[in-house]
Amino acid sequence: MADATANAHKRHGSLTQVDPRTRRRNAAEARFKAYGLAAIALGIFFLVVLAFSIIRSGVPAFTTTVVSLEMNVSPAEIDQAESGMLKTAAYTKLFIAQLGSQMQEQGIGGEVDPEAIGRILGKVGNDLRAFYQANPDAVGEPVDFTVNASSRVDGYFKGRVTREGLVDSRFLVATDLDVVDQLTEAGIITRQFDWGFLLGKDAGVDNPGGAGIGASVLGSFFMMLVVLVLSLPIGVAASIYLEEFAPKNRFTDIIEVNISNLAAVPSIVFGILGLAVFIQFASLPQSAPLVGGLVLTLMTLPTIIISTRASLKAVPPSIRDAALGVGASKMQAVFHHVLPLAAPGILTGTIIGLAQALGETAPLLLIGMVGFVAREFPTGFWDGFVEPNSAMPAQIYTWAARSDVAFYEKAWGGIIVLLVFLLIMNAIAIVLRRRFERRW
Amino acid sequence: MSFTKLTVSTLALTALAAGTAAARDQVQVAGSSTVLPYASIVAEAFGENTDFPTPVVESGGSSAGLKRFCEGVGENTIDVANASRAIREKEIAACADAGVTDIIEVRIGYDGIVFASQQSGPAFTAFEPADIFNALAPKVVVDGELVDNPYTKWNEFNADLPDAEIAAFIPGTKHGTREVFEEKVLAAGCEVTGAMEAMVAGGMSEDDAEDACLAVRTDGKSVDIDGDYTETLARIDANPNGIGVFGLAFYENNQDKLKVATMSGIEPKTETIASGEYPVSRPLYFYIKKAHIGVIPGLKEYAQFFISDDLAGPSGPLANYGLVSDPELSKTQAMVNEEKTMGEGM
Repeated sequence: MADATANAHKRHGSLTQVDPRTRRRNAAEARFKAYGLAAIALGIFFLVVLAFSIIRSGVPAFTTTVVSLEMNVSPAEIDQAESGMLKTAAYTKLFIAQLGSQMQEQGIGGEVDPEAIGRILGKVGNDLRAFYQANPDAVGEPVDFTVNASSRVDGYFKGRVTREGLVDSRFLVATDLDVVDQLTEAGIITRQFDWGFLLGKDAGVDNPGGAGIGASVLGSFFMMLVVLVLSLPIGVAASIYLEEFAPKNRFTDIIEVNISNLAAVPSIVFGILGLAVFIQFASLPQSAPLVGGLVLTLMTLPTIIISTRASLKAVPPSIRDAALGVGASKMQAVFHHVLPLAAPGILTGTIIGLAQALGETAPLLLIGMVGFVAREFPTGFWDGFVEPNSAMPAQIYTWAARSDVAFYEKAWGGIIVLLVFLLIMNAIAIVLRRRFERRW
Repeated sequence: MSFTKLTVSTLALTALAAGTAAARDQVQVAGSSTVLPYASIVAEAFGENTDFPTPVVESGGSSAGLKRFCEGVGENTIDVANASRAIREKEIAACADAGVTDIIEVRIGYDGIVFASQQSGPAFTAFEPADIFNALAPKVVVDGELVDNPYTKWNEFNADLPDAEIAAFIPGTKHGTREVFEEKVLAAGCEVTGAMEAMVAGGMSEDDAEDACLAVRTDGKSVDIDGDYTETLARIDANPNGIGVFGLAFYENNQDKLKVATMSGIEPKTETIASGEYPVSRPLYFYIKKAHIGVIPGLKEYAQFFISDDLAGPSGPLANYGLVSDPELSKTQAMVNEEKTMGEGM
């Protein structure tokens, strides 16, 4: 106590003079602010580095190198190509022959070397065959084709393959690059925006030029539809019951704790559950977006329940009391008054939950959506749920593991597409919150 | 948002799922990530050149694929398992327990396993199995004694090798590649260096010594890579002294980044692997459930297509990607045509 009186005496210092204690406290505050700023600066730095590296590595995926040629195929040639087993290879040969004769006319590349032309071209056979199957009238007429160059030639234009670093292999030899330069001058090889990347489907490992993310975007879309249709009503109903109607007892406590625990369960666990319950027990098809959606629903539910309960709690009790006071039933009070006020929060939580589910790969691994899957477009709206398909993150993962570096570039491009979708969803969440949020 | 609407659409969805679950019209494949590239090339071409839909090929590893293969017979199980090793007795028994009795084994070709380092790194150009064993084993023979591995640099046990830290990136135990690496390199090196003999002389039984030969040191000089070859490549890229284990096709696709080493003086190439001169190679397989042939449309056609000369032959797209084609392909073709299962003598 004696100390206290002594200190009390000291405290009456001058207001204009800073005593050591105050200086220490001010210094501590300044330090804390500096730490905070440093943390934010570090965060921004990494964000910029990340965004920069994603954009730098991913943007080349949106352009492609193409070879243009006017082709004229006779019915006999088509018949011959269709007689073999590997028909697309025969079509590629036709293209090589016609490109070779055109090169000779223009004096490019000396002797015609079909193998060299084959190294410059990507897998073109299917493009040609698909065209002639769809347009039988075009046989015997001149048709303009624009097909992909090989991934190495594409890499040469994008700086991935350089003359200095090139090691001659069966994929590309140094003299091919001279031919490529001449073809570029002649306007036969050009670079263009790659719609095939945005709208196409996955392709085999030897055909990076033909690979696109379109089919897996659709796969993700169908999965998100399932997640939305299932998790929103179930999640909202569960939280309304728990928040507004459930008696407060030990049983509801246990449920509440377990919902929070469920939110922290690693997503791969849901994948194992999905495999056991939906595929092995319920016999739902493998690799189907429907099953993917069901699994992701389980994963998203806790997120939605937690955020919905938080936004229901944020509605002031006076609203409920007023509604009950004028004679509304409890259900009317909830559905007519509380729920509309909580809606922006519920929607935000739902969209964030969906965005989380959109980026998830691990559970899909076990239900067969990772691999060479996104190969066919769904034949109809309902078929889109059950026909095998992949999802955007799974497609990116698959591409990143392939040996041709061109696929690595595609993976980065895929990340950009995925990020654009996530940004759009988050922007919608922010707009909804801004427009409908009410403060008390 | 009306709840009735939502309920109705949910019910519709469930009904739809139940209705379509019964019909599967595409072939379902899973298994080895080494076979996956070849299977994806075949699947793409199969979808393009026939009227059947493109088969679905999942990855996940040989063991995981065979495990799913052996889950049973029926449309919700896979039809084909890809494997970078032959199926084990234990797996055949597990299959039989689940009712999968008639299995057709199809060998598609060979894969070489190569040792490669950074283009600009030290000159790792020639290895012997003994070198790899000396670098990676936990116990090696020094002056006739079995001691804890004292080596930190390659030139300490072989003066021809560069003066560089030992840093090896080898496939993790879940890979089929690891088994080949152990069998063809570590075990061979164990034998040659006399470590095997020393262990048996030290009182170990023959079997225990064989197992001990396959162990790798755990002091960080040898790193298990559980991911794909792209991960190994990234590690090699970051470490000039790093030596990585790759598949031949992966190396050939990345020749501008990787420098390959010879093994026992033989350069890994399609020709040397096909002739068996290059020691570290293995056959690649896929397994078909015979019970699914005729039930799943296109299954037999897929198998026939896969091993046809146009695809798996020496000038086909698979060989162009890096598969070493099987000189006895015609035998396999005949076997698939007759649907001969594993028990029926091959």
